[in-house]
Amino acid sequence: MAKMTLRDRVLGPRVPPEQRAAHAERYRRPMMLFGGAAFLLVVSIFLPYWILRLRAPQFPDGLVVRAYLNRLEGDVETLEGLNHYVGMPSFEYGAVLERSLSIIALVVLAGLLIAAFAFHNRWVVVFTLPALVFPLMFVADLQYWLWRYGHSLDPKAPLAGAVGEFTPPVFGPARIAQFETLALPGPGFVLALVASGLVAAGLWYHRKAYKPLLDQLYGKARS
Amino acid sequence: MTERSAPPRRKRRWLVLFALTAALALVAGACTAGDGEAAGSYTDIINERGLTDEQVEAALKTYVPSGQWDEYVMFASGGHSGQVIAIGIPSMRILKNIAVFTPEPWQGWGYGNVEQMKVLEAGNVGDNQISWGDTHHPALSETNGDYDGQFLFINDKANARVAVIDLRDWETKQILKNPVSIVDHGGTMVTPNTEYVIEGGQYGNPLGWEYAPLEEYEAEYRGMVTFWKFDRDKGRIDESQSFALELPPYWQDLCDAGKNVSEGWVFCNSFNVELAKGKSVDGADFEAGVSAGENDYLHVINLRKAEELFKAGETIDVKGFPVIPLDKLIDAGVLYFIPEPKSPHGIDISPGGEYMVVSGKLDPHVTIYSFDKIQQAIADKNWVPDRYGVPVLDFDAVKEAQIEVGLGPLHTQFDDKGYAYTSIFLDSVVSRWSLGPPYKEGDEAWKLVGRIPIQYNVGHVAAAEGDTVSPDGNYLVSLNKWSIDRFLPPGPLLPQNLQLIDISKEPINPTVDVTGTDPNGMQLLYDMPMALGEPHYAQIIKADKLNPFEIYPEVGWDPATMQVDPEAPVPGNERVERDGNTVHVYMTAVRSRYTPDRVEVKKGDRVIWHITNIEQSLDATHGFALPGYNITLSLEPGETATFEFTANESGTFPFYCTEFCSALHLEMAGYFLVQP
Repeated sequence: MAKMTLRDRVLGPRVPPEQRAAHAERYRRPMMLFGGAAFLLVVSIFLPYWILRLRAPQFPDGLVVRAYLNRLEGDVETLEGLNHYVGMPSFEYGAVLERSLSIIALVVLAGLLIAAFAFHNRWVVVFTLPALVFPLMFVADLQYWLWRYGHSLDPKAPLAGAVGEFTPPVFGPARIAQFETLALPGPGFVLALVASGLVAAGLWYHRKAYKPLLDQLYGKARS
Repeated sequence: MTERSAPPRRKRRWLVLFALTAALALVAGACTAGDGEAAGSYTDIINERGLTDEQVEAALKTYVPSGQWDEYVMFASGGHSGQVIAIGIPSMRILKNIAVFTPEPWQGWGYGNVEQMKVLEAGNVGDNQISWGDTHHPALSETNGDYDGQFLFINDKANARVAVIDLRDWETKQILKNPVSIVDHGGTMVTPNTEYVIEGGQYGNPLGWEYAPLEEYEAEYRGMVTFWKFDRDKGRIDESQSFALELPPYWQDLCDAGKNVSEGWVFCNSFNVELAKGKSVDGADFEAGVSAGENDYLHVINLRKAEELFKAGETIDVKGFPVIPLDKLIDAGVLYFIPEPKSPHGIDISPGGEYMVVSGKLDPHVTIYSFDKIQQAIADKNWVPDRYGVPVLDFDAVKEAQIEVGLGPLHTQFDDKGYAYTSIFLDSVVSRWSLGPPYKEGDEAWKLVGRIPIQYNVGHVAAAEGDTVSPDGNYLVSLNKWSIDRFLPPGPLLPQNLQLIDISKEPINPTVDVTGTDPNGMQLLYDMPMALGEPHYAQIIKADKLNPFEIYPEVGWDPATMQVDPEAPVPGNERVERDGNTVHVYMTAVRSRYTPDRVEVKKGDRVIWHITNIEQSLDATHGFALPGYNITLSLEPGETATFEFTANESGTFPFYCTEFCSALHLEMAGYFLVQP
């Protein structure tokens, strides 16, 4: 039974060179999956996460809002203008903290995934879990804000009474005043979802690669 | 006669039969061939243009062949063009853009003609010349609650003015500035026999629009409704018999006169019962402040009692105009309020006068009040006073029905089958719903029976004679504020879109879904780009009720007096007379010459120029343009006109006919010479 150094204790065992040579693919695979996930997350920063399409009689071409992690694009000003009839808070008050942190957070998530390369034990979970659950957190946070917007109508807004409180769904169709809305996941969210899947797969292969090594080096009880 | 020369009888009969059959076959063949050819040609057109059956049907319903006339005429306000636009229905062809508050050179309106200048100058505000208007609600004169085709009234929201148009020559005869208010909106509407032309105010102002700080809004600012007495014989409003009511500053909106059972009463809605004073005082802008409350007040006015107060001299003087003060209105039982859903923008009385229909534009219902219930509540004193002491009748006691019709309901019109049509702004539809008894009974009453999409943002709707005691049905025009993608884009200022809708068919299903767009029997027929102004309200009159002059009845006719002017120049007495520094010109115009064709004056002379178009042929209009002096006239056959100016520029000024009148039109000219 080998003695664990501090480094091994934290980072997990190093792979003996002969074993790495024999099973290069086995050890590379989790790294590639984590690395791929990190790449996708970084790319997703540049893509919209959430797309809201709105149709109303007086907007025959429809209106669209594309929510990136840190900003909104599309017919935002038109909607801000219309919104004052319904009395939802201005977009600028929504998810201020999330928007201000999101880019850094995503870079950190990606960095953690790269850092996870170094870990050959269960600590890898700590570094990969944020990326794994990120899409879920995004949806939960978005739902929270949508609920909050639909329940913070300015009672003085002209149509607040006629529209009434509502919770728009994160994804799918809804109706607000004369607008028919359709909320869709954006490509950024799809990438984050794929990244989450890659991380899950990476963890699976990580365990497949390092569990036997741990068992071999320190015995089953340690693993 | 030999036996041989005469064919046997039987043979001859066969011959006749054969000939007849052949002829019939030929005729039938020709007919078939003809039909086949026509059918082939128009189905080809339909196919080539890719038209649907419904589009073809719409085209056939609106096409009026050359030489044929429209069934109806719609008089639409021109919004801030300041004019009134007459449109034929169903063709949607423009017949005339009647000049009212804005000078208009084609009609020569306001470019020198002294009588017209007097009409326009009567509309000036203080020392300020006002050369435009914001026309909103045309009102055709009525007899027994039905259009009589004699006069048309129109208001100017921007300056609180009212104009009278004579439908004998479709020209504006009178403009009156309201002495009490600087803006109006709830005008014009007429009482069922055009005794009064109603002009309701809008944004509150101190009476006579004197200065008062907004902080003193509640105490100093007031609303108003003015009843202009119309003298039908003179064709003019009689200011001396007119009066106004002082109202709380609730931003009165639209009015309608009661009819039949409710004749003698007038109803006006309002939308700032909140007394919002804007950001500078309230901290909230008007948009939010005015629409904050759940209710505004429908004003119920007993016009007969108001008239009694006016005749008894129970008035105060505002800029020389009699106004019945609010406390007298309350004491005498002239004025009552009824809560109405928030920020209404329509008040329309059913044809029989039984129901008052109000739409709160921020409430998805139309609210219908019963005139009988209103009378009962007044008799029962079922009220509480509002902050100004006006009795507010109990809503539930006077309400007859509420029907959900869609988001942003505005204005309502009626048809001949017991249906009402309400414009729905936010949903961009026109909702059709059924009235209650006596129009529809039992299950059929008070039902939403259709929602036809319109493009886009409808304001008023106008149905054929749809606000009279006997609506015609047939057609409805949706006066849409936005056209967005309906027409070729003419730059960023887009035309309005007036959409013609066929309402002649009964609903197919007994009811429709309020969030849906099931026309349920209504059909969109035609989109008309309106690029002369922004029509607000319009009225549609059966064309055969209009009986305008084809030409002026006699040569020398003065449209200002609607009589022959004895001083009018006529053939034989044309001349130029000098009287000191004043030069009188007496001129006639006929195809293709002016007589005299040379007028010579000295610089600084006052020139008074009379001119008569001595033609008596249909459409033989002559223009008269004087370059350099901003003068242009339109002289219709028989018309005489006078223009005046000082010859302050010396030189040579060829005058000419602007209306292409004949083959020698270019030769119809002369010289105005001003000696230095």
